[in-house]
Amino acid sequence: MSTRILYIATNTFREAVRDRVLYNLIAFALLLSGAAILVGQISIDIEKLVVINLGLTAVALFGIVIAIFIGIGLVSKEIDRRTLYTVLSRPVHRWEFIIGKFFGLAGTLVVNAFFMAIGVFAALLYVAHKFQAPDGWILVALYFVILQFLIICSLALLFSSFSSPLLSAVFAFSLFVIGSFSEDLRGFAALVKGPVGWLVKGVAYLVPNFSTLNVISSVAHAQPVSGRLIAYNSAYALLYSAVALCGAILIFQRRNLK
Amino acid sequence: MTEMRRVMITASVVLVACLAASIAVLQKLDQIRTGATLEDVLYLSSPSAVKRMSLGYDGLMADIYWTRAVQYFGSRHAARASQYRQLAPLLTITTALDPHLVVAYEFGANFLSPEAPDGAGMPEAAVKLVEFGIQNNPDNWRLYYNLGFIYYMDMKDYARAADAFERGSKVPNAHPFLKILAAQMAQHAGETQMARALWTTTYQTTQDKQIRGNAILHLRALQVTDDVTTLEEVVAQYRQVTGQLPKSLADLVAARMLRSIPLDPTGRPYKITSEGRVEVAVPDDIPFIEKGAPPGYTPPPPKDLEKLGS
Amino acid sequence: MLAIEIIGLAKTYSVGFWRKRPKVALRPLDLTVKEGEIFGFLGPNGAGKTTTLKMLMGLVFPTAGSARILGKDINDPGVKAQIGFLPEQPYFYDYLTARELLNYYAQLSGVPAKERERRTDEMLDRVGVRDAGNVQLRKFSKGMLQRVGIAQAILHDPKVIFFDEPMSGLDPIGRREVRDVMEELKRAGKTVFFSTHILSDAEALCDRVAILHLGELRGMGAVADLASSVQGNVEIVWKGTTIFPSIKALNAVCYTTADTVRAVLPETNQDAAIDAIRRERARLVSVTPMRTSLEDYFVQKVQRIETGMGAKA
Repeated sequence: MSTRILYIATNTFREAVRDRVLYNLIAFALLLSGAAILVGQISIDIEKLVVINLGLTAVALFGIVIAIFIGIGLVSKEIDRRTLYTVLSRPVHRWEFIIGKFFGLAGTLVVNAFFMAIGVFAALLYVAHKFQAPDGWILVALYFVILQFLIICSLALLFSSFSSPLLSAVFAFSLFVIGSFSEDLRGFAALVKGPVGWLVKGVAYLVPNFSTLNVISSVAHAQPVSGRLIAYNSAYALLYSAVALCGAILIFQRRNLK
Repeated sequence: MTEMRRVMITASVVLVACLAASIAVLQKLDQIRTGATLEDVLYLSSPSAVKRMSLGYDGLMADIYWTRAVQYFGSRHAARASQYRQLAPLLTITTALDPHLVVAYEFGANFLSPEAPDGAGMPEAAVKLVEFGIQNNPDNWRLYYNLGFIYYMDMKDYARAADAFERGSKVPNAHPFLKILAAQMAQHAGETQMARALWTTTYQTTQDKQIRGNAILHLRALQVTDDVTTLEEVVAQYRQVTGQLPKSLADLVAARMLRSIPLDPTGRPYKITSEGRVEVAVPDDIPFIEKGAPPGYTPPPPKDLEKLGS
Repeated sequence: MLAIEIIGLAKTYSVGFWRKRPKVALRPLDLTVKEGEIFGFLGPNGAGKTTTLKMLMGLVFPTAGSARILGKDINDPGVKAQIGFLPEQPYFYDYLTARELLNYYAQLSGVPAKERERRTDEMLDRVGVRDAGNVQLRKFSKGMLQRVGIAQAILHDPKVIFFDEPMSGLDPIGRREVRDVMEELKRAGKTVFFSTHILSDAEALCDRVAILHLGELRGMGAVADLASSVQGNVEIVWKGTTIFPSIKALNAVCYTTADTVRAVLPETNQDAAIDAIRRERARLVSVTPMRTSLEDYFVQKVQRIETGMGAKA
């Protein structure tokens, strides 16, 4: 069973790597890292700040875009093109298919983030001329970005299992935006009383919390990240992704393929 | 159907379990993040940068930053914080995005300028904020009032305070009290009745619960100051007449110098110590108390302003 | 053991925005296929053949009934290892090469790692795409894709193989090759179930057929039996150019050539026609029974319903 998931994941990874869209986006992101150096030159003394802020933000945002671009097509494309027929007529469980796709996409994003991060570190080395101990926290920020990727992948997969690519993209992107403000949503819910408050609170807890996974600004100021935060964030990302994946499995399990 | 049913049931159970767990983790995360120093670093501290990032949705972003400012202050105030570094930037960004959000200026006047732990202790920043507000809302009398308030209360600059009230009184539909305050300033600056007038005006005119709660506390403290001063005069009288200190305030009533033992704003009777000082029964219940507390008294952590003001 | 057993299998789709308009794709179907035979599933387009196949593959869920393959219920996960499927006009992952695709499918089918390379090579050879083994599938022609499709259906040596319209879009050589593959499979003891609307293929290959039309089973049986059940025609040729009314009265369709008349009429009227020609003193050239075909049977079964539908409308 687990080997089949691995095979599906590997195949998904291969598909992503051979998709030209990926390369365009990566190239653009690396360009942005380079641009960060230029921007830093303009404002003296905060070159390092700009490189880290802009570089990590580029990794995060581009990764999210790639995740959505590729993720939305994962299931719906296979159904449209009927490539699924020959896969599912084999001893493959539908849920193995979903999980395999998830790992394939997540793997693609991790590798992608790895390469872009090298770009960021290279830019950092260029402006700061050497690495310092606090720079290690950048790796934590990157780890959190990868956790964001996991959540977005699972959401893209969820939407792809029942809706068209365009709608999936819209939903996934909206959830990303709302999720980035989820702490404010909860703050707002605390101020509103009554049934509306409960509704907002419900939404605030169901929406993925991306704001907690964003420590780019504090890392740019060389501030440390607490171990407790790392632990809880990891737990949250894994739990939330599991929820979305279970949803995808439930929907896909019952779906009549056209 | 058994295979499919098994998958459906397993997936449903896992889904519900993980959802519940994720909400629990989320609550824990909220706790961690409000306490952590991470909170102290604003993602973007430049108003112009935020404005650009808002992509035109300035109003919404202003509301978001306003909410953050209120929460920031509220949570730190409850924890008796010693500084509020982010309050000024948060309010500056809020007002940069929406210069007509008058309550933000009011908030700054009431909580940016007083000393910690009741405020950020930045009266100059507060002045700057409110002046910006006046620039953008020249017909709003409240802003002039707030400006005068800052000058009077925290900077003790009575001349500028009077000037601010004067300017404000000229605005159409201004609160009639502004003219009176401006006039009184020359003679009675520094007196408790001025303070009382100001806090009363604030209490009556503000819409924000935290500000109103704050005003209530100040008014109570002023009440106590007045009461204690009066009582001390009566005690002095008694001493003159009888040649000794009264053992309790009941003696004053017996001597027909007082009609009855007065109650403090918390509803408790005042008392007199063996050294002849008039004090309140429970000073902890009266924040901002000036007179009427035992010597060497330190105030406890602040109250929940919002609950008080609603 | 029966290779395939279909019991009351039916599918109704609910269409429309509020899902209120039911569309019957397949009425309850009962069908059996024996091991080792080639079974043809015939019908015009839209008859419900693909729907049936998709239900057997577990791609679509039936609204009623059940089915068993090699004794196991189709929902049993163990079933899939024994079957192969070639869908109609298949697409494959076009970013993979033929070899990579077959290897991937072999992985999913549980072919042991040691075997995979050998099997992949063997399949590429067998369907004749060995030279294009390392070319990306996006560059393959339709015929080559079909061959790859056959390869993926049989590479794990399944006992029952399902083909959905395997000849569609192929040139005559391609079609011949597909027929050869099917016959090879039968010789190897496999069961073949294929759907098509090309009757001549079915006639040549199948042991038994079933005819489906508008979601309903119209006929089933051995090819020879079905064909001969239809009333046949006889062709009578006589010298001359006159078409005798007495002949026409016998339900004849007549054609004149330079000096002969050719009449095709039901064989039941054969004797009456010969008498009529003698009476007219025409010279009889030949009397030839026309072999009935599956097509006649098919047309009869399908057309009657269509006329019936027309009459209602």
